[in-house]
Amino acid sequence: MTVLSPIESASASEATRSAMRAIASAKRTDLFVAGLGLFVMLVSMGLLLVLVGDLMIRGLSRIDYDFLTSFPSRRAANAGILSAWVGTLLVMLVTAFLAIPIGVMAGVYLEEYAPKNLLSNIIEINVANLAGVPSIIYGLLALGFFVYGLDLGKTILVAGMTLALLILPVVIVATREAVRSIPRIVKEGAYGLGADKWQVMWHYIIPAARPGILTGAIVGLSRAIGETAPIITIGALTFIAFLPPAPVSSEFPFINFDWLNEGFTVLPIQMFNWISRPQAAFHENAAATGVVLMALTLSLSGTAIWIRYRLRRNVRN
Amino acid sequence: MLETIMNIEKSPTDAPRLPPIPAAPEEAAVRAKVESLNFYYADGTQALKSVSMPILDRQITAMIGPSGCGKSTLLRCFNRMHDLYPGNRYEGRISLLPENQNLIGPEIDPVLVRLRIGMVFQKPNPFPKSIYENVASGLRVRGVKSKAVIDEAVEAALRRAAIWDEVKDRLHRSAYDLSGGQQQRLCIARALAPNPEVLLLDEPTSALDPIATAKIEDLVQELGKDITIVIVTHNMQQAARISARTAFMYLGELIEFGPTERIFENPSHPQTEQYITGRYG
Repeated sequence: MTVLSPIESASASEATRSAMRAIASAKRTDLFVAGLGLFVMLVSMGLLLVLVGDLMIRGLSRIDYDFLTSFPSRRAANAGILSAWVGTLLVMLVTAFLAIPIGVMAGVYLEEYAPKNLLSNIIEINVANLAGVPSIIYGLLALGFFVYGLDLGKTILVAGMTLALLILPVVIVATREAVRSIPRIVKEGAYGLGADKWQVMWHYIIPAARPGILTGAIVGLSRAIGETAPIITIGALTFIAFLPPAPVSSEFPFINFDWLNEGFTVLPIQMFNWISRPQAAFHENAAATGVVLMALTLSLSGTAIWIRYRLRRNVRN
Repeated sequence: MLETIMNIEKSPTDAPRLPPIPAAPEEAAVRAKVESLNFYYADGTQALKSVSMPILDRQITAMIGPSGCGKSTLLRCFNRMHDLYPGNRYEGRISLLPENQNLIGPEIDPVLVRLRIGMVFQKPNPFPKSIYENVASGLRVRGVKSKAVIDEAVEAALRRAAIWDEVKDRLHRSAYDLSGGQQQRLCIARALAPNPEVLLLDEPTSALDPIATAKIEDLVQELGKDITIVIVTHNMQQAARISARTAFMYLGELIEFGPTERIFENPSHPQTEQYITGRYG
């Protein structure tokens, strides 16, 4: 379409009409696409809401102080999830302590240190693909390698290590992306001051990449918290009526690591166990456990958002 | 000159009577020498072709030329910025006098070079930290721990960069709160804080408005009295206003180098004349 000056009025009006027709047709397409998007979104959100609502209606009434502070029991009314949520928290602690430092170091290495050659390309492709490996495969690996190969037993440590392996690719990829998104000019500024590579990484790159790294880590953790398959595979117990020794105590040396070698159960396994029983009362317990699990996941995501917000604000202020 | 004298007359008790700053001698000492420098990027393109020129001590040397002529590439050779990207290759010498050290020699650690030669970039690039921490960066990199020493150096650098009065009440706020021109002066303060021997400026005003540009120009001119400055600029008026020596580059070659006045008033090379009269660029 040629651009006409307003003076050429006769042909301009024809051009204007054709432009208006084109705009009207574009607007109809817009409306159609927006409507379709809205419909698809409503269907998927509706399904999700129904599922969550169903879980809430069935489980919410079951959640009280006793439910959170009791061990599992043969009688559904007395059963609680104390050992399960403590197990979940301890396993997550191990997972975070292993996956975050290793993942961040690996991500920074791949992005900034690794020479660009065939080997690093192969590693890169593998890391990306590892994120898509089904979690049960990690469970089998852990069973064969950690439980039998290294003879570590079916412990909190092994579960934490397994889930750390599972989320490592997520942390690595998030770290690489966060590091890559730092403007080249900021990096050059740091080098220009005479900083060596380690100083640039530690004082400029990693702090600037922190919001992205933390988001990746928490996304990974909220995936790990709901994982059932690998934990069942390594043989977590489903009925536990004791707590592992507390990691922190009031006596010297204040911290102990005995809990790492204890048996454990976690929330999804407790839930799975209760669902597979015939009595309806246990199904209620399972729904309540589901609500607790969702609350934990949501609070993890909430923490991620809060941390990002805080860090961004610190950067801006 | 007159103003200086009048100021001293007005407050004879405040400051000791300073000797007047001597006018730049005709033949200033040479601080660095570029000797038949060739530079190749990793993809094999030759960006600098046998460039030779002196950098005079405590003078402002400007490099001008059309985009892609190699002036920024040359500047980035001085502090080995090209070493950050694998595959780049230097040939020739850049000797830093008086010790006659070859800055681009493979045996010299680029970090050591950058510790002696400061740089300010095209776009303001403050770190996502406070104003104070930005200026302190260069000292922290050098392992300075004492808070008193850093405090003093930060204030001195901010004063030299003519931004102290604007930021003294908010040193611990984020550097991103400053305007573009203030950020660039902050970056100059950051480069000055560790007392570099040579200051490289890579088109420091290209992202700034005219008022901020004027402030930076005044500042650079002031700094040029006691530090060796190499400035790349695409703004010929800027080069003419502030520099003592000008180098005109074209397609990776140094076409002409000499006193700024002569380059602008009586260029000996037709290409230089065409460029400064605006016939291409």
